[in-house]
Amino acid sequence: MGSTHTESNGAGDHRVAGVGRRDLIKRSAALGLISVPTMSFLSACASSGGGGNGDKAKEGKKTAKNPLGVNDTAQMEFVLFDGGFGKEYAEDAVKIYEQNFPKADVKFSATQKIQSTLQPRFNQGTPPDLIDNSGAEQMDMGVLVGKEQLADLTPLLDAPSYDDPNKKVRDTLRPGIVEMGQFDGDPVWIMYYAYTVYGVWYSQKALDSLDEQYPETWDQMLAVCEKAKKKGMAGWTYAGKYPYYLPFSLYPMIGKVGGVEVLDSIDNLEPNAWKHPAVKACFDAYYELYKKGYVLKGTPGLDHIQSQTAWAQGKALFIPNGSWVENESAKVIPEDFDLAVSAPTGIDSSDKLPFGTIWASGGEPFIVPAKAKNTAGGMEQLRIMLSEASSKNFTSKVKSLTAYNGGTDGITLTPGLKSGVAALDKAGQNVVNPRLQDWYVQLQKEKIGVSCLGEMMAGRLTPAETIKKIQAFADEAAKDTSIKHYKHQ
Amino acid sequence: MQHGKYRFIVGFLAAPLGLYALFVVWPFIQSIYYSFTDWTGLSPEFKMVGFDNYERMLDDDIFWKSLQHSLFFALLLPLVTIGFALFLAFMINVGGRRRKGGPAITGVRGSSFYKIVYFFPQVLSIAIVALLFAFAYNPDSGAINSILRGIGLDSVQPLWLGDPNLALWAVMAVIVWSTVGFFVVLFSAGMASIPADLYEAALLDGAGRATTFFRITLPLLWDTVQSGWVYMGILALGAESFAVVHIMTTGPGGPDYSTTVMVLYVYQKAFRDGQAAYATTIGVALLIVTLAFAAVVMRLGRRERLEF
Repeated sequence: MGSTHTESNGAGDHRVAGVGRRDLIKRSAALGLISVPTMSFLSACASSGGGGNGDKAKEGKKTAKNPLGVNDTAQMEFVLFDGGFGKEYAEDAVKIYEQNFPKADVKFSATQKIQSTLQPRFNQGTPPDLIDNSGAEQMDMGVLVGKEQLADLTPLLDAPSYDDPNKKVRDTLRPGIVEMGQFDGDPVWIMYYAYTVYGVWYSQKALDSLDEQYPETWDQMLAVCEKAKKKGMAGWTYAGKYPYYLPFSLYPMIGKVGGVEVLDSIDNLEPNAWKHPAVKACFDAYYELYKKGYVLKGTPGLDHIQSQTAWAQGKALFIPNGSWVENESAKVIPEDFDLAVSAPTGIDSSDKLPFGTIWASGGEPFIVPAKAKNTAGGMEQLRIMLSEASSKNFTSKVKSLTAYNGGTDGITLTPGLKSGVAALDKAGQNVVNPRLQDWYVQLQKEKIGVSCLGEMMAGRLTPAETIKKIQAFADEAAKDTSIKHYKHQ
Repeated sequence: MQHGKYRFIVGFLAAPLGLYALFVVWPFIQSIYYSFTDWTGLSPEFKMVGFDNYERMLDDDIFWKSLQHSLFFALLLPLVTIGFALFLAFMINVGGRRRKGGPAITGVRGSSFYKIVYFFPQVLSIAIVALLFAFAYNPDSGAINSILRGIGLDSVQPLWLGDPNLALWAVMAVIVWSTVGFFVVLFSAGMASIPADLYEAALLDGAGRATTFFRITLPLLWDTVQSGWVYMGILALGAESFAVVHIMTTGPGGPDYSTTVMVLYVYQKAFRDGQAAYATTIGVALLIVTLAFAAVVMRLGRRERLEF
């Protein structure tokens, strides 16, 4: 091989002399061939399309049975997130649509990969007519709204409801659902179908075994935890690897202690919003759980499933979570666990709002793309799903409430669901709905959740340091021009 | 004659080069183009914004942290993995004592068995490996802390992935574990092609294991080590580090940004935050880091080729 080196050198010299002009011309021609389409291609690659508005389905005739004017021969395409709630409830609703519009061709599909399936279709301008934009691959709502990719759902909300023609859909929904679908101004972009109750989840049986009631003030909370500790049980655990579960009980507690205005100013990214004394009081309270050793050992290294399992095994008494926990941990929660949820414990009787103030809000966001061919069909499908029968079907199948206000009579509720309904009754009008998690995902999850609350509960930051750090992150987000900003109306 | 030869070569190369251009080079060009726009990735509309994304990137603390971790991965992981793999491969192929009646050069006892065992992790998908280790690192009931408790170390119960000082090391250990087997097999193949008489001559001269390794094995294996080095560096910058960080770590990327890497940040910006243009900007930075890494390794590793 050593000798081939010199040989090839020689041949190379010869070749350079031999090819010369003709090769040069060939090469430059090839270059030109590549570069010409390159330029036109560049503007038409991954983000092509955009036109395509011309082939929208014609509007059908508006009747009492068809208030949205659905074209009864147009195709309707519905893509569902196939997650914790499964797909059966949607398939049932699709069947009703098919019955009502027998000539229409309905394309239904369910996937966990919402974003990878649908992002290219948004980019081509050919999205489906109804999407359940949920799960780990959720497409950023703020961007979709900001880029005018979604249809305003006001026609649906103002249409008569499926069950009662004298009542608008808007008036059959639970509190907060319509507001959650708004971003700025009146248009409603999102219809949240499921209704989630956030709070402190526990086993009533475990609490009974300690001879205790759910604590209403923080001193009582510490006393219950102390009692549990003596029995070898930790007071609290949480999803340590995803500390943005902590706000499920911490934020409504802040709202209870300092009033809803504190939460609103936090959501509005106002200067010094986090410096409010109520925030400090609540952070101090949570930090005390860590200080006194009431948090299950090793919690900062547990993910949500692991922490829920440890809690279901009785290693810890309380866990901040949402109402999906009953379904998600169904396999590890023992028969006689007697699952219950409570609104968060406050500081004491001087709190602004009464005990019972709870965080509840919509889940499972359904959207109708602006560029969909059959937007009326998508909305009609939603109207069917918001009927009492469909809502009951959902609740009995997946153990969760829906946006439809009611729909729990006459069906047997699971313990967690029953306790959720009771908690909502107790809360009455005191339902808070912090918006950071849907307005500013990165700020809420990564910055406040992981880098601040997680660090504080692991004992690596003091409450004062945590507040300072969060405020800095919030100020940064307020100034960041690359994200869209929202305000409470 | 000359032209015929060209046509012949072109005929063979056109298809693969075309595919390479379409599926590798072309996306590169596209991403560079997108890094100068404000494309969200969720709608077809966007406009040119010049160097805005680049300016923003240079001011972004999280970007610098992820760059730091990625560089750390690219420097340390190949060193550890390849060093360890060389050691294991040497012991399997050459490091054994001479046994009566056997060949002069042989591996340690049971070496063929070890060779298979080391390769096992390679059979598992990296996602499964990451998930398994996430369970093992569970501070409450995971295998590692249970073993520590089992041998009486009740007071030593680290949080592993929950501890910012340990998390990055815990992640790197998983990558080393899952990739070392591949390099053992790669180096074993290289060592098998080194003529035994060279070793025998060294043995006759009284060379020990260390001398044999550094004077004979390593120089003759240099080409393989070098390409292995580049390959491992690219794995550490790209797919492998993304999978383990994304699946295993707090957040992911935490705690407190202690494990975030460039690929993860690209993913989060593009698919969580709807900022595809900014994501491609970070992708361009990653491309530069990867190219620089490959260039440095090739240059530093340039040695005279030995013939045998």
